[in-house]
Amino acid sequence: MSFWEYANPKKFMGWTAPVLPYVFGAAALCLTVGLIWGFFFTPDDFRQGSTVKIIYLHVPAATMATGTWFMMLAASLIWVVRRHHVSALAARAAAPIGLTMTLIGLLTGAIWGQPMWGTYWAWDPRLTSFLILFLFYLGYIAMWEAIEDPDTAADLTSVLCMVGSVFAILSRYAVNFWNQGLHQGASLSLDAEEHVSDVFWQPLVICIVGFVLLFVGLVLMRTRTEIRARRIRALEARARRA
Amino acid sequence: MPDLGKYAVEVLAAYGVSLGLLAVLIVLSWRRSVRMRAALERIENNG
Repeated sequence: MSFWEYANPKKFMGWTAPVLPYVFGAAALCLTVGLIWGFFFTPDDFRQGSTVKIIYLHVPAATMATGTWFMMLAASLIWVVRRHHVSALAARAAAPIGLTMTLIGLLTGAIWGQPMWGTYWAWDPRLTSFLILFLFYLGYIAMWEAIEDPDTAADLTSVLCMVGSVFAILSRYAVNFWNQGLHQGASLSLDAEEHVSDVFWQPLVICIVGFVLLFVGLVLMRTRTEIRARRIRALEARARRA
Repeated sequence: MPDLGKYAVEVLAAYGVSLGLLAVLIVLSWRRSVRMRAALERIENNG
């Protein structure tokens, strides 16, 4: 069987139903362990004090904010090239999740920034590109809602997604591109000298895995909902014609 | 509860906002999922 057959709406509904409880269960387990470990059992940072505990929400949310956009880009490209309806619906389903992750990243960053930088907001390259990414999410969701024909909506949102990818890349790598601004470099890196201390790193990785699993579970559930909504529209249109 | 010192408000606010937003996202996604499944079943059973 070809890989692409799993994207057939009927097959997709079939294989995702039994998988969903395991994905949500694993996400709940990772988030519970990671957040409790991080919040209750890690020490304060010698410079940042207890605000370092915000890292367990801020970094996973920011990672998922850009990661979700890249997933939407991949799904949009599959739609443009292969015209798989499920891929277009998956991109649509992912957008509100990415929007929420971006909002969490922005808000926790502002709350963390005030005591550390002395300000909630600065027009720093990373912060600014993240704000633009947030606006792109809003525009993407609004475009899906505004266009009645689903195929036209999928085409136009795919183009918007490709344009917005520039800001998703900038959001992630702005600190490397422009060595200026308030925001620090990557918290996680293959370079042991660069990334956070092990005592923070271990629960942080578990939280990131939890956020990824939560994202996967929500995308699958929301894509199933979009498939059902599309089927309802098709049946209603057929009933009107009869 | 760990001693959060002078940054208790900031840390608790960050956790409250984040977990609140995640809860809203999960509840809204689940409610729409239940509504669509029920609506589709109704249409298919009537049709």
